[in-house]
Amino acid sequence: MTNTKKPLLNDAFVVIIFAAAILAMPIWLDPIGGNYPDLLQKFAIYGIFAIGFNILFGLTGYLSFGHAAFLGVGSYAAVWSFKLLTMNVLPAVVFGVLFAGILAAIIGFLSLRRTGIYFSILTLAFAQMSYNLAYSVLTPITNGETGLQLARSDPRILDSLFSDGSVGAGLPSTDLFGETMSGYPGFYFCAVLLIICFYISLRIFRSPFGLMLKGIKSNQNRMKYTGLNTRPYMLTAFIISGMYAGLAGSLLAVTDPLAGAERMQWTASGEVVLMTILGGAGTLVGPMLGAGLIKYFENIFSSFDDNVLTQAFSFLPDSVVEFVVPVVGLFVGSGWHLTLGLLFMIIVIFLPGGLVEGFRRIVNYFRSGGKTKPQSVEAHNQAGE
Amino acid sequence: MDAIFIQILNGLDKGAAYALIALGLTLVFGTLGIVNFAHGALFMLGAFCAVTFQKLVTISVKVRDEGVTAFVAYKEQPYLETWFGDTGRIIIDYSVPLSILLAIPFMLLVGYVMERGLIKHFYKRPHAEQILVTFGLAIVIQEIIKAYFGANPIPQPAPEILAGSANVGAWVGLGNNLVYPWWRLIYLCFSGLIIFSVFAFLQFTTYGMVVRAGMRDRETVGLLGINIERRFTIVFAIAAVVAGVAGVMYTPILPPDYHLGMDFLVLSFVVVVVGGMGSLGGAVLAGFLLGIVQSFASMNEVKEIFPGIDQIILYLVAVVILLVLPRGLMGRAGVMDD
Amino acid sequence: MGDLVLHLENINKSFGGLSALSDVNLHVEEGTTHAIIGPNGAGKSTLLNVCIGRLKPDTGAVTFGGEVLTGKQPHEIAQLGVARVFQTPEIFQEMTLIENVMIPALSHRDGAFRLNAAELLSRQGELRDEAEHILEDVGLKDMMRTEAGSLSRGDKRRLELGMCLILRPRLLLLDEPTAGMARHDTNQTIELLKKIKSRGMTKVIIEHDMHVVFSLADKVSVLARGQIIAGGDPQSVREDPKVKEAYLGGAN
Repeated sequence: MTNTKKPLLNDAFVVIIFAAAILAMPIWLDPIGGNYPDLLQKFAIYGIFAIGFNILFGLTGYLSFGHAAFLGVGSYAAVWSFKLLTMNVLPAVVFGVLFAGILAAIIGFLSLRRTGIYFSILTLAFAQMSYNLAYSVLTPITNGETGLQLARSDPRILDSLFSDGSVGAGLPSTDLFGETMSGYPGFYFCAVLLIICFYISLRIFRSPFGLMLKGIKSNQNRMKYTGLNTRPYMLTAFIISGMYAGLAGSLLAVTDPLAGAERMQWTASGEVVLMTILGGAGTLVGPMLGAGLIKYFENIFSSFDDNVLTQAFSFLPDSVVEFVVPVVGLFVGSGWHLTLGLLFMIIVIFLPGGLVEGFRRIVNYFRSGGKTKPQSVEAHNQAGE
Repeated sequence: MDAIFIQILNGLDKGAAYALIALGLTLVFGTLGIVNFAHGALFMLGAFCAVTFQKLVTISVKVRDEGVTAFVAYKEQPYLETWFGDTGRIIIDYSVPLSILLAIPFMLLVGYVMERGLIKHFYKRPHAEQILVTFGLAIVIQEIIKAYFGANPIPQPAPEILAGSANVGAWVGLGNNLVYPWWRLIYLCFSGLIIFSVFAFLQFTTYGMVVRAGMRDRETVGLLGINIERRFTIVFAIAAVVAGVAGVMYTPILPPDYHLGMDFLVLSFVVVVVGGMGSLGGAVLAGFLLGIVQSFASMNEVKEIFPGIDQIILYLVAVVILLVLPRGLMGRAGVMDD
Repeated sequence: MGDLVLHLENINKSFGGLSALSDVNLHVEEGTTHAIIGPNGAGKSTLLNVCIGRLKPDTGAVTFGGEVLTGKQPHEIAQLGVARVFQTPEIFQEMTLIENVMIPALSHRDGAFRLNAAELLSRQGELRDEAEHILEDVGLKDMMRTEAGSLSRGDKRRLELGMCLILRPRLLLLDEPTAGMARHDTNQTIELLKKIKSRGMTKVIIEHDMHVVFSLADKVSVLARGQIIAGGDPQSVREDPKVKEAYLGGAN
């Protein structure tokens, strides 16, 4: 916003670098063992989720603990689109975003009547209601604990119009006009959407609308006394953010056509908060960074078990190995959540601005020749990108 | 009439647990201004004090089984029984109530360490960061418990004499069909006692007076030259103990597992906001009220009319109360009104 | 004299039985600077809060330029052209000064509800010039890239004044604009307020410092124990025995 010198060019540059980095992930993640389609898809999907969450939390400071509900609704809507209409992913994505947006409008309209912790509790309560209902009364729609799955007998009205009706062996797979949406094509589909989402988020950050949201975060009273009706702004941010979550949810279904209620649990909401905080709330690339790191480490760490560890430490004397393996074992494998919790605490305690903030501090430290000084906003923006 | 009476009783014991957790939550919020998402984990830690204590007292040795005469058989016998005979057996039988003796010092210590080591640094930080850091801590505690005790619920028996049910129907003249487990009655009385002690402590001791004054206006109390911070540490430790003993006593009702804390935490927060952030009376009232409401909502007659209502009733009540009464049932003005 | 622009009619406000304002009538003329003075706890800040919609009066009505303000939302009142400088500056602490001034400009026009950055670019230059101009007026231009949170208290107040001025309000309410300032800063602020006086903006000032009051005010009203006990031009108020007793006399 204050970056007056050719901001659009700068922004275009940012988007291009971002797009290049995302699309080239299969290449640069290969050496560190992150190059397989399932994981890459998760990076892109949770990146979208976190970027969307950041539009709400990062810009306005309103901490929603119920975003998982939108993720879940997106998934259910997408799977129903596969079941009823077609295996083409475009309608699924559209429906996922649409339904999540509608739910966000309702929840946002009510929750935004309160601020601070009351807002957090309200969103949490709505999300828990959705979760509990998905498990109980809504079983005809959600298929309860089993989760919503495809079946060979699904009508798929549009598909049956255009094909001879012969169903191949096994379940059909999701596709984009013939291209199957699993493996790398699935990743590239998600990646393209991620880049679009990133671009939209960047535009929101740079727009007067984004500036108003930052103003609301900084001092809501002052915004009111300058004549701004904050409610519609907040609601818009909430809905956009909910639609991002819905998109992420529908993409989860695109890459693996299955939807379960556990996606809506409040710990899932906590996860996206963590991703955003870890990377840096309110920064552009922070949430993507956080989502990527968490999904990467989750994948690496949880694959470790005692055997792997014993091998890894085999250079040590046996007695030391016997001691080290159980201790380290606490933090990996099924204990990965312990690491996650610790990471969470460390970030909030020492680096509330997230990794981007840490990076910024390092840059500033070197720029100022070892002295820390009050930083200008220009430095902020550039380091943040 | 019978049905209503029994539903109220059923609601009360769950309500008592909510009330005890919410009491500590709101005490910490009201005095220290901290939103503690790890409070449910303290409840869970208390429950696992009972588990640990039971494990300790039942450490066994192999002894000759005298009951089998045909051949030499061995059986596991707890050391306590070997050493102390019947006294040992009684200790084992009463392991749940006795484990309070372990829980109190342990929770005091946990509360002290937590406040000095972590919470203290978050007094001046935004609520969002408090929520996040304590949420992280809750995950850590929960995962440590999971690593040591496994993921499955561990049943804790109530003392044998209290294992049956009380014929409460007969006491109030409602016939003999109304029975209610003894242990739940004990839990009710116990929670009443704890709530009473906390209130008495705050009301009648000078210590409590300072704390209450601090709840109203921390700066002024600080200006009076009172070391309010040290008192806050103790308030936090007390809240931890309340949550801990509530957890200990709840184990015979619900076998504890590692995510017990999280399950109760969300509901307790709902209770706290319904009661009004920072209001002790509100927390207790809302705790029992929501327990009863939940119990009624899970009656089959109600579920037939509103399917699924039992699943969402607490959240629904919370949403309605928050939207209609922004400060909850008994919240004071000026608390958390941003 | 000009037309009456702000009317307060029979305003009553009490907090839990404690009466803060009782039957307050106040009439402010267009283009004048109207000072409200009175001892601590006289209800001065409550009066301003009623004007901007932060508090609702128990009875009575506030009208501004023919519109009834009572019952309107704060942002609606602000849209009508009422701006306020608070006792503790309400600014955007973690943003730069230039952003602090630009945000009100954008929000006031309510034209900020747009996501189109290209359109912003064409307007940004114009808005930015205006914001820089305002910062120059309040003497903060050379610091426009610093974060507002790092300013001194006096500078924060000046910044807040700038944030109000860019709204081009018809009525500016100032709550003790010089409280806690050193004499030098106070004089600077007086000069600044005199400068904007020439722009024909109506101002209501709450002030303790008599030096400030008598160098700025066209009209003075004296508030004591929730009631207006005297009013008129500064000279006559200064000599009013009731005022001396309630306020000036008490201070000496």
